Amino acid sequence: MEPQATENSLAVRKLREWDSRAVAQVIEFRGETTVVVPLEHLVRTAEYLVTEPSLRFSFLSDITTVDRYPIEPRFEVNYHLLSIERRERLRLKVRVPGNEPVVPSVTPVWPTANWHEREIFDLFGIRFQGHPDLRRILMPEDWEGYPLRKDYPVEGYR
Amino acid sequence: MNERDVVEAMATMTIETPSGATKPMVLNMGPQHPSTHGVLRVVLELDGETVVKAEPVIGYLHTGIEKNCEAKTYSQAITLTDRIDYLAPLSNNLGYCLAVEKLIGLEIPKRAQYIRVLLTELTRITSHLVWLGTHAIDLGAMSVFLYCFREREEIMKIFEYVSGQRMMTSYFRIGGLALEPPPGYLDRVRRVMESLPGHIDEYEDLLTKNRIWMARTQGVGILTAADAIAMGVSGPMLRGSGVAYDVRKAFPYSSYDEFDFEIPTQTAGDVYARYLVRVAEIRESRKIVRQAMEKIPADGPFRAEAPGIIPPSREEMKTSIEGLIYHFKIFTEGFTPPPGEVYQAIESPRGELGVFIASDGSQKPYRVKFRAPSFVNLQSLPKLCEGRLIADVVACIGTTDIVLGEVDR
Repeated sequence: MEPQATENSLAVRKLREWDSRAVAQVIEFRGETTVVVPLEHLVRTAEYLVTEPSLRFSFLSDITTVDRYPIEPRFEVNYHLLSIERRERLRLKVRVPGNEPVVPSVTPVWPTANWHEREIFDLFGIRFQGHPDLRRILMPEDWEGYPLRKDYPVEGYR
Repeated sequence: MNERDVVEAMATMTIETPSGATKPMVLNMGPQHPSTHGVLRVVLELDGETVVKAEPVIGYLHTGIEKNCEAKTYSQAITLTDRIDYLAPLSNNLGYCLAVEKLIGLEIPKRAQYIRVLLTELTRITSHLVWLGTHAIDLGAMSVFLYCFREREEIMKIFEYVSGQRMMTSYFRIGGLALEPPPGYLDRVRRVMESLPGHIDEYEDLLTKNRIWMARTQGVGILTAADAIAMGVSGPMLRGSGVAYDVRKAFPYSSYDEFDFEIPTQTAGDVYARYLVRVAEIRESRKIVRQAMEKIPADGPFRAEAPGIIPPSREEMKTSIEGLIYHFKIFTEGFTPPPGEVYQAIESPRGELGVFIASDGSQKPYRVKFRAPSFVNLQSLPKLCEGRLIADVVACIGTTDIVLGEVDR
């Protein structure tokens, strides 16, 4: 399993050409490309990746979060993109501070993000700005705390 | 609409307001309703018999599997993956094991890869049989249900023979398989596969040209290709809308590129189209199983050689000091993959099952996320049934083929 050379990834090259501010960092691991995007550029980068005819990342597989507590910025939100026609995957990553976890919603770009973002709100307590219906989805509505945070115990009392 | 509004609406179930105008009635379908296949609740807003708005409410089966994985070593977490999608436990085992193997960069012996293909395709057949049987009984065809469970039972017996368990098999382990498969297991598979095409013809005789079946499924629950992609729908639901995306072909894993099979697609995008796709998939899976039976070598290693990661054989553990040390360390401490993040997708019977693992270099996964196809597919339910009759809701839930264990995790 040889990792591909970073700059050979078409998506990364195109992104840099389009707007170099959108690419804060590129991570290559086990043949997977991760582009770290600054929070303020997330939505326009997403729009670009969907609409650019040579990329067409029209399918959002998944959104997931990793809590790096106590490291700041605490949260990493990962977007797993897929281009069905080109058979290529790409991961976008944004870093979110723990004191004010707010991320702009990508539901206008990919409607499927609706439930994924609700799940992250439910389990990590990250708020998504512009989300049409931000409520808990898996836990009861009156639940206190966010279970998948690292400072939330696996068992016993909170 | 939130919970409180629903309760209020339920308390005042006035259908006619004083002014004489009608207002929608709110009806809770589930969480205890036989056709929701578990504990799904759908809040339906009705205008007469027409569904104005449908909203799935989930979470009744949330058990915190992802949180639990963080407290277990990489090998221990396999037992949890069985319990996510209990109709396709081996597919979950495979997705998780492949993700960990990708993380540590492990090559798996061909024999183990082929046996994995064989068993996951049998899993796809059992899962589709349960789907077909329950979907048919939801729409009033009782006998199909009984036939499907008859064939499923035969395949479950194979799982029991190979792994010792009918359902929670945990048979795929990191690096290969848990055990050497027992002698004669291929003969049993062959026997079941020989009779299967006749049985599928039987189901098709009962349903495919059945006028009632066609009336209840054709033109119902339509999902266009553009909508399906926008909603992130995958698996037979996406292929029923005419998009030929199958992870086995697009991103082959476990040597799927060496197998010859088709991706059945339909363009109508309705319940009937998805029925045709899934029935065709059973036949394709049988084709793959038959090829796998030819390919599996009679003997050879069933797991990779990786001291410190894969447990040594029983004999080695009993006779050599290194074997004993490795065995002890693997089962007490676990192993440490390099820090990093991987996403591994497989084609489960329901669609793209993705496993995301973030490792911090310790013995336990820092974060495990299951991209559950049922969860994402269920999100399209309002699109399928809004504007249709209440009786069609049952067909729409059946056609999404959800497993609530996987939706809620």
